[in-house]
Amino acid sequence: MADILEIFTAAFWAEYGAIITRGIWETFIMTAVSTLFAYLIGLPMGVVCVLTQPHGIRPNRAVNTVLGWIINIGRSLPFIILMIAIQPFTKLVVGTKIGIKGAIVPLVVSAAPFIARMVETSLGEVDAGVVEAAQSMGASTFQIVWKVYLPEARPSLVLGGSVVLIAIVGYTAMAGAMGAGGLGDLAVRYGHQRHVPSMMWVTVAFLILLVQVVQSVFSRLSVRIDKRLK
Amino acid sequence: MSESIIQIQHLCKTFGGRDETVRALEDISLDIRQGEIFGIIGLSGAGKSTLVRCLNLLERPTSGKVIVDGKDMTALSERELRLQRRKITMIFQGFNLLMQRTCLKNVCFPMEISGVPRGQAEERARELLELVGLADKAGAYPAQLSGGQKQRVAVARALATNPKVLLCDEATSALDPTTTASILKLLRDLNAKLGVTLVVITHQMSVIEEVCSRVAILDGGVVAELGPVQDIFSNPSTDAARRLVYPGGASISQYPTGTHAARVSFNGGTVNQPLIASLAIDCGVKVSILGADTRSVGGKATGTMLLSLPDDPGEATKALNYIRSQPYITVEEVEYHG
Repeated sequence: MADILEIFTAAFWAEYGAIITRGIWETFIMTAVSTLFAYLIGLPMGVVCVLTQPHGIRPNRAVNTVLGWIINIGRSLPFIILMIAIQPFTKLVVGTKIGIKGAIVPLVVSAAPFIARMVETSLGEVDAGVVEAAQSMGASTFQIVWKVYLPEARPSLVLGGSVVLIAIVGYTAMAGAMGAGGLGDLAVRYGHQRHVPSMMWVTVAFLILLVQVVQSVFSRLSVRIDKRLK
Repeated sequence: MSESIIQIQHLCKTFGGRDETVRALEDISLDIRQGEIFGIIGLSGAGKSTLVRCLNLLERPTSGKVIVDGKDMTALSERELRLQRRKITMIFQGFNLLMQRTCLKNVCFPMEISGVPRGQAEERARELLELVGLADKAGAYPAQLSGGQKQRVAVARALATNPKVLLCDEATSALDPTTTASILKLLRDLNAKLGVTLVVITHQMSVIEEVCSRVAILDGGVVAELGPVQDIFSNPSTDAARRLVYPGGASISQYPTGTHAARVSFNGGTVNQPLIASLAIDCGVKVSILGADTRSVGGKATGTMLLSLPDDPGEATKALNYIRSQPYITVEEVEYHG
């Protein structure tokens, strides 16, 4: 354990500093890009789920049921299994199964259904009366989504966003173990395979820090933008 | 007599599937006239919320027609319906304001939907807030307002598209009596000033009494009575109407099982007709008053009274016959079986 203290030495950082920085950067890129794409897919899915519910403004049993199945299937596969299972698809989309590019596809496929459920829950909290009021004024479905559901659910969507981000950071670590790079990759390759426990602890420290920062920033943001609390 | 703005023709609404259906509204026909304040009253479950939602087609009627300002709502395409809804707006018991928007932006909302340019919308929104007495709250969020203020914002919002009809769905039911009075005054003023037709849905007779010119009493999905408020008040001819007009008036369910009683209705006789005393003197039957809710409307006695009848069947029949023979009084026997 004593050698853990080496992380406070210049020699350690001279040797590993660049690798660690690169790992953090890769984790950041994977998380950011896959969160963006996952929301592009998951957000509309969640919205459609809410609209097509039996008491939604566009009830449609078939769409709602099929979408529910898709989301449940996506959510029932553990990330590490999903990543391997869809490798041919990944290769088809980005041309490679490995590296950051290769990780982003399964990250998106895995996070999108999760986001869909988070969005569904957030929109479900919007007062049905407000939606009814918008309908009574002649708002179209699109206007109700754009001007009622999404803005009214904004504080809850932001909080959901923090949950999603943190989950994706966790997924990237698993992707790292499969050769995707990032902090997970460092922990496995250096900390585990090369017996440099300090590297393990550095990545752990950064992951903890990252999660703390994400959570507190999003929680504060959610409170700040929520006009119900004034 | 002014022309109709809303015509409801043989409206039926049924909920549920093939096996189990609930008939919420049965063959409702009503004409609501341009510029009037029309009340729809009924107890919980009478179908009034369903009826009002059939007027702007938030609920689609199972059968029948709803004609608003000359257009059959049930025959419109979805797009036409959205346009028509700007003419028949609504305020709600729960206010239903957008909580993440300022008051000004809430009032702008229907105008945003109908494509009014932002500057123009904000200008009109300010005028409307002024009209409802909340010019200083333009930048406030709904959470910062009292219930009465929220309802004023909702009224301003509902007026933004210059509607011909304003539907008020239990709009004062969540407010205290003072605030209720001020909102009702606002509605009456707007009706006078803008000529907007008001349809007031409520379970409170006092609200009807305060603002409405005509009223329909809804009971079990049908119109039990319809007419000028004064007429219904002074002579409620159906049981549903009497229950609403005299809510405290004597519900037998508060007495022990087996209580044998008579419900006497005073339908506009003179107030100084001493029924109980003359019953005792003229036919020697003594009854006690279990409950009563009577009032004098223009010097005429109206209301109901619940009398406990003597145990002896002969005496009871004698009393009932005597009461029946009195002018302007009707009586029915009631017995509570728990």
